[in-house]
Amino acid sequence: MTVNRAQRVDLEVVTDLIPANSRVLDVGSGDGLLLELLQETKQVDGRGLELSQRGVNECVARGLSVIQGDADTDLEFYADKGFDFVVLSQTLQATRNPKVVLDQLLRIGNRAIVSFPNFGHWRVRFSLLIKGRMPVTKDLPYSWYDTPNIHFCTIRDFVNLCEELGATVEKATALDANGQKIGLSMPWWFWNFFGQQGVFLWQR
Amino acid sequence: MPAQRAARTNDEADHPSSPVLQFGPDKPLKLDAGSLLSPFQIAYQTYGTLNDARSNAILVCHALTGDQHVANTHPVTGKPGWWEVLIGPGKIIDTSRFFVICSNVVGGCLGSTGPASTNPATGKPYGLDLPIITIRDMVRAQAMLVDHFGIEKLFCVLGGSMGGMQVLEWAASYPERVFCALPIATGARHSSQNIAFHEVGRQAVMADPDWHGGKYLDFGKRPEKGLAVARMAAHITYLSEAALHRKFGRNLQDREALTFGFDADFQIESYLRHQGITFVDRFDANSYLYLTRAMDYFDLAADHGGRLADAFAGTKTRFCLVSFTSDWLFPTEESRSVVHALNAAGASVSFVEIETDRGHDAFLLDEPELFAAINGFIGSAARARGLSA
Repeated sequence: MTVNRAQRVDLEVVTDLIPANSRVLDVGSGDGLLLELLQETKQVDGRGLELSQRGVNECVARGLSVIQGDADTDLEFYADKGFDFVVLSQTLQATRNPKVVLDQLLRIGNRAIVSFPNFGHWRVRFSLLIKGRMPVTKDLPYSWYDTPNIHFCTIRDFVNLCEELGATVEKATALDANGQKIGLSMPWWFWNFFGQQGVFLWQR
Repeated sequence: MPAQRAARTNDEADHPSSPVLQFGPDKPLKLDAGSLLSPFQIAYQTYGTLNDARSNAILVCHALTGDQHVANTHPVTGKPGWWEVLIGPGKIIDTSRFFVICSNVVGGCLGSTGPASTNPATGKPYGLDLPIITIRDMVRAQAMLVDHFGIEKLFCVLGGSMGGMQVLEWAASYPERVFCALPIATGARHSSQNIAFHEVGRQAVMADPDWHGGKYLDFGKRPEKGLAVARMAAHITYLSEAALHRKFGRNLQDREALTFGFDADFQIESYLRHQGITFVDRFDANSYLYLTRAMDYFDLAADHGGRLADAFAGTKTRFCLVSFTSDWLFPTEESRSVVHALNAAGASVSFVEIETDRGHDAFLLDEPELFAAINGFIGSAARARGLSA
């Protein structure tokens, strides 16, 4: 657990954004790492939705409140504003219809937190520009033919979509290749170039 | 012999080998059918000790052909309790920690008032004079038993199949009395296919000349052949095609070649015949009619204006649903629709689908993933309830 947590700085960033005792839905809860972290450190009332049955069974065996389901089809069953926060961490790029999913997040939660790999990172650009190959990086370890990630975007793209959905960004963080936060004072283009991951808190 | 068995059926219903709680004329059971059942009785078993705060009680709801002997040797068959793999000292539902209650459902045949019980108005077994019993009636009776123990809120209500229906009904009827609910291999309604299978079973019972319009006990008879056929047909639905093939294939029973007759040439035939014969030993045919009917009538959404989510509106109960991939009686979709309703109601819900080829009956078997889920769910709920390990 601790080993994994150290590698997932984005989880710490997400945790920092959530006040104690909040009601949280984690969409794409995986093996329950974030939910467990949130329960331990913030005493949240946490729920999870996870695609893989194996992940769900692991979560439930560990006492987490998680159901099997697909972010693309099952979010519609949740009530309006049923949660303080809905978290979508490192999952957006794997959904079939990211715009609809984001719209659902904003319907279900008072606030939504989304973290995603930035396709505008310089390593990605470098791989395409110089090598002419689809990028395979630490955060995106798949080859093009076996990747579950079908909808990549850059930080810039994401911000544009948020605006289109009528959402406002409350807080945004970009993490560099070492998982460190990039200084707030830096301009968007800098984030879009050096940010390996984006973590956004927004509401509508 | 049949006369003796008929007498025993009535005796087990009136004077079971379990503690019995009797409700006199002052405490009738209000039935959905519109009438009152009074007097009536509930036969039950308990395991473990109720703590001072009365907060460690777990109610186990049994399935169609189950009974209250969940974790002790069965008085009629001599076999282990039907969920002894799960419940007992040091087991996942640890009876040195929890106070476990299991009662025979109303309409059953092992000591709670049912069609084989003596009707005080006539001095003869009720037979079909017993009003139709519903899942909600069963739960209402259980609530009266729970009241008797002075338990305001059950820590957990769990059960599979028809037991799972009772769990859902408990959560819908008495949300403030259920801290956590664990419905397994069940649904919020009985499907058309399930009603169809039950109707086949009932018709098999009624076609037996020994059924006597339901009054067989008055004649010292029991419709054993009809009930055995009903059990054989139902038993197929509790398994899966894959499991049947794995266990029996086309293997022959104690013979080298086909006999060109209607003996049980195949192992599967012999197995089903055995299932039928052992079942009629311990079960009453009219009870089978009543309990299958109760399942058929169950439709939780219909009871709440057609919207299942409304059955759980505002619930604080924690839920964990479990389904099995090869269960074709209560397929995963049935559980999933309950999960969606609970989501819509904003309830705390977990849902595990377990990969197995053992079909509906998997909930009764030693399934490590099922036990891991139950263990995780009960453990975290117990912490939230402030129950020490």
